[in-house]
Amino acid sequence: MSVAIEVQNLRCEFRVNAGWFAAEKRVIAVDDVTFSVPAGSVLGIVGESGCGKSTLARLILGLLKPTAGTVLVDGKRLFDLDRKARARLIQPVFQDPFASLNPRHRIKDIVALPLTAQGTFSRAEIERRVAQILERVGLSAAMGERMPSQLSGGQRQRAAIARALVLEPRIVICDEPTSALDVSVQAQILNLLADLRRDLGLTYLFISHNLAVVEHVASEVAVMYLGRFVERNETDALFRAPGHPYTQALLQSVLTPEPGRGVPDIGLGDAMPDPANIPPGCRFNPRCGIAVERCRRVAPTPMVRAPQGMVECHLA
Amino acid sequence: MSALLDIEDLEVMFGGRSAAVRGASLQVEKGETHCLVGESGCGKSVTALSIMNLLARGGRRAAKRMSFAGTDLLSLSDREMARLRGNRISMIFQEPMTSLNPAFTIGSQMAEVLTRHKGGSRTAALERAVELMGRVGITAPEMRLGQFPHQLSGGLRQRVMIAMALMCDPELLVADEPTTALDVTVQAQILRLLATLKRELGLAILLITHDLGIVARVADRVSVMYAGEVVERAPTAELFRSPQHPYTRGLLSCVPVPGRVQRDRPLGSIPGVVPAIGPGFAGCAFRSRCSHADASCEREIPRRQAGSAHDYLCRLAPEFSEPQPA
Repeated sequence: MSVAIEVQNLRCEFRVNAGWFAAEKRVIAVDDVTFSVPAGSVLGIVGESGCGKSTLARLILGLLKPTAGTVLVDGKRLFDLDRKARARLIQPVFQDPFASLNPRHRIKDIVALPLTAQGTFSRAEIERRVAQILERVGLSAAMGERMPSQLSGGQRQRAAIARALVLEPRIVICDEPTSALDVSVQAQILNLLADLRRDLGLTYLFISHNLAVVEHVASEVAVMYLGRFVERNETDALFRAPGHPYTQALLQSVLTPEPGRGVPDIGLGDAMPDPANIPPGCRFNPRCGIAVERCRRVAPTPMVRAPQGMVECHLA
Repeated sequence: MSALLDIEDLEVMFGGRSAAVRGASLQVEKGETHCLVGESGCGKSVTALSIMNLLARGGRRAAKRMSFAGTDLLSLSDREMARLRGNRISMIFQEPMTSLNPAFTIGSQMAEVLTRHKGGSRTAALERAVELMGRVGITAPEMRLGQFPHQLSGGLRQRVMIAMALMCDPELLVADEPTTALDVTVQAQILRLLATLKRELGLAILLITHDLGIVARVADRVSVMYAGEVVERAPTAELFRSPQHPYTRGLLSCVPVPGRVQRDRPLGSIPGVVPAIGPGFAGCAFRSRCSHADASCEREIPRRQAGSAHDYLCRLAPEFSEPQPA
């Protein structure tokens, strides 16, 4: 199977001022991340807030410059391409459809913008393509005439998906696409994304903190902790036999609708991860229930894990 | 025995045009966790705010009955209500950053709750704050007294809110989406904490959420809200075992269950959107999205009994049974 996107040793550092006269701090948001996604599949990326998953999305979209590393899309180096060429290959769908649609434009103009920005499409062609994609995502032509404020959350997210797909990209980065939606609408949007992927041969990077949603949509899952992939594997294998203690804790913390089970004790303690202050050794060791002396001194390296994955843990 | 919180036929109107809550009835017993579940706009938060008499300007509430521990909440003056609020009934909100005052330290905000309602010295109040912070699992509580809200993480802020809500030993805690803004790992910790507090302090909790996973794991009883009405009430296990209202059934089928995922099959979903409900609306509010609806759903809908503590608002007979959602 051909590779749609390949990320090599990607790293992103921010410098933050700690205070007026205090020394600058370095925040390593993405730390040496390497992966590839086969065309037509879905890589789910999970992790807590602040783990760097949205920064990773912005790097791959070219909205941020990495400190080091490369991203190859269809074998082309993403950072060598100009904005227009990048837009034809890769498009985003963000979490909050309130914030990501211009409130003063009509839906059909919002959806047309990627085409207009290319500057190579005739007006008739633009209209044809917009009408086509609006229908494909389940919005009527009348909806196209409306303003974002006249649409419900689910309809707005459909419009955002239409805008992402109107240039027929190869890859769509979905950053928490259903987190702001109600469950009944979330299911509609997830089903739509699944249909579109199958029909249009799309590749998704699907970022979410909701593990149940990721299990439903992803073919492969990566678990991110303080800027690194600490575990990656085929979805079924990862959910059946998580190798990393952090993955195990994440899976345990999912509250399935099963009455009488109570709320699990995930035993992670109160030490919250701080990307400005990454501990030595294994970065998870302060929260880990099974950490040994070695974990506090030596950082683990990726180890192969069956069938197709890796895990970064001395004890896995 | 009458319920701790007893609401019957609550109506909340904004500006006389839209009815946010339309005849909702709700009972919370002493020492139970009662979940009010529904999607955005169904009126669950407005219900909570109307209990506290904290409706935004232009909001009016009316009810056949609204009593708390035998006190009629509707007849209380603003001043009498203020004496109850934060004292015998406490409330915590979704986003702790917006409900804590950024300009005051944690210590002074927590102490004020106690000195205001119960009097006593500030020193004693600070001691109580330290004790409660320890109890809700905040490390180094003495240090937190002097900190400002922005210096704490989201999980810690929510713990501070909970500790603050407990300052006066309330009988009822109203929690509006207390974990929605938090990571799943922190969510589990906060929910465990609430369960412990309920057990140890005999606290009644009215928990408002849209998350059926939370409902299943923490609730004793559930009220499902749709378009301003409580459409189904049941003990938790019974609701998940045999949901009766088509909306409850639809909602349960929308939730992907880890370990039971069938990736090739679409998730269940509820078609359409919540209708706009103006004055004079009659019949079932769910009928436009319901596959069982017919002309009779435009008339008055009966409340049917499906068990001793289980009722629902639908013309369909109970035990009309379809395969359970996978």
